[in-house]
Amino acid sequence: MTATVTPPAARRALTRRAVVPWLFLAPGLLLALVFKFWPMAKGVWLSFFDVRPFLGDKWIGLDNYTRVLTDHRFQDAIGHTLVLGIGQSVGAILLGFVLALLLEGQARSLKLLRTAVFLPAVTATAVVGELWRLMYYPTSDGLLNSGLHLLGLGPVQFLDNPNLALWSTMAMGIWIWAPYNMVIILAGLAGVDRSLYEAAAMDGVSLWQRLRYVTLPAIRPALMIVLTLATIRGLRVFTEVYVLTGGGPAGSTDVWMTRAYTLGFTRNDIGGASAASVVLLCVTLLLTVTINHLRKRGEAR
Amino acid sequence: MSAPVIDSARPAAPDTPAGRSTGRQRTTPARFDTALGWSDRPGFAWALRVLLCLLALGIFAAPFLTIFSGAFTANPSGSSLSFLPHDSTLTNFKVAGERGIWDYLGNSLVIAGGGLLLQLVVCTLAAYALARHRFRGRALIMMLFMMTLMLPEEVIAIPLSLVLGDVPVVHLDLKGTVWGVILPLGAWGFSVMMLTEFMRDIPTEIEEAARLDGVGELRMLWQVVLPLCKPALGVAGVLGFIMIWDQYLLPLIAAKDPTDYTVTVALSILRTDPEVGSGVVLAGAVIALIPSLIVYLLLQRSLVTGIAAGATKG
Repeated sequence: MTATVTPPAARRALTRRAVVPWLFLAPGLLLALVFKFWPMAKGVWLSFFDVRPFLGDKWIGLDNYTRVLTDHRFQDAIGHTLVLGIGQSVGAILLGFVLALLLEGQARSLKLLRTAVFLPAVTATAVVGELWRLMYYPTSDGLLNSGLHLLGLGPVQFLDNPNLALWSTMAMGIWIWAPYNMVIILAGLAGVDRSLYEAAAMDGVSLWQRLRYVTLPAIRPALMIVLTLATIRGLRVFTEVYVLTGGGPAGSTDVWMTRAYTLGFTRNDIGGASAASVVLLCVTLLLTVTINHLRKRGEAR
Repeated sequence: MSAPVIDSARPAAPDTPAGRSTGRQRTTPARFDTALGWSDRPGFAWALRVLLCLLALGIFAAPFLTIFSGAFTANPSGSSLSFLPHDSTLTNFKVAGERGIWDYLGNSLVIAGGGLLLQLVVCTLAAYALARHRFRGRALIMMLFMMTLMLPEEVIAIPLSLVLGDVPVVHLDLKGTVWGVILPLGAWGFSVMMLTEFMRDIPTEIEEAARLDGVGELRMLWQVVLPLCKPALGVAGVLGFIMIWDQYLLPLIAAKDPTDYTVTVALSILRTDPEVGSGVVLAGAVIALIPSLIVYLLLQRSLVTGIAAGATKG
């Protein structure tokens, strides 16, 4: 209504009010555009080309995708990624839940314990990788092997045995993420209404039933979030594998992203590596949307 | 799924045999503090809990002792590690220093400091606009920032490395400079979302009163909004630092040659160096560990709140 008869000064104030938020947003949007969205678009674009430095790129349609998806090393990597991602997520959630139940409480000693147990989650993955490499040292005087030696078990080739390396990597992943999940689950546990526990005790409910029917439903949202975060993280796992095994031995721990990395940076197959990244991006997006949808439906019910 | 279960289960529970058998415990308030009903009096359950706590400590914290003990032990063969150093020495640190570990640490500190500063400024500005202004397309911008979380370095590594070598429009080569690592870290969706949520809760009355006094936008942010956001800024700061310190792929692809590496990436150089033992690698690991350890121990509360809050808000 006022717009039709706005005096010039007021109109200037209006445009200023409209411009101001964009000035505040500009740095963030610019950085996100240049270093996130532009590379994403470029990745999608390159995935349709045979990228040849100095010769010019050649459009080859979906060839990169068919090549990557039919490559048996990529097919192996899908299996490893799923095993590692699912095993690591489930293991870290279960262990995180156990840790949360164990370390829940207000006592000062428990707070200190939580501080110590949370250390793996704040340590840089590269440092954790070096630590576990030494714990997994393959001779009988390595840290884990000397423990096994006491039990009379021979030195285990944790990282050099192709049948074992993936599980060793998974153990490290669980070690990193269980404390992280513990914190989220603890926040969920803190939100459980204490009077429910009291009522359950009054009703003479066993501890197991109390856990099953009072605690678990109450922390279900927290668990769902942990699961979502863990699944997506599991699919794009890279650093853990790269620093611990580098994908070896004999490709037995090669996951989707280490494979794409090798293709792109070691073999200089930019087109193929881009196609692999786009596939991963699509799967992650699809998964996030699905989980969010399921979560919304679950909440609505 | 389990929502109907809880209603049907509660009245039914007393009739089940299991429910009756354990129903005779004394009701002390402490029993209702925790999900498992841990008692704080010495007894079997208490002893079991102490034992399990020690086990957890052994699994999750004790390995860190080996990093320190190994770093201060002179053991060129390097395979024997223990929780306490045999004969303490600083040789490992000297050797690591000769291999340039302090330069790598310098790179790391510059990147962490600069990256965190840029990230906090950029995210605060964006959050202020998103939380305290109404404008067309706000929901879309929110979604864009949320989407940046879906595009971690792993997923866009290959094209990002091309972009870092030749930034669009301005055609700068950022590879081999700290900017190649710092700039991509600037817009972090998580910080934007968290700060936006927090700033939204500031009552408008405070802002309106300041506006009547003729306070401009920048002063409003700096002198009115920011002082009220200190807890959220603490969370953004500590989580941002941990996130930047953990970066691996980004410094790797932004480097032109190994002297550009951060200390965490440089650990692999020490490891593959045939002339140095694992004691030196562990000395490097200690150096890479200490800054994040200090930040964690000082700002632990912010960190834990941040993880819990970020997770519950999605």
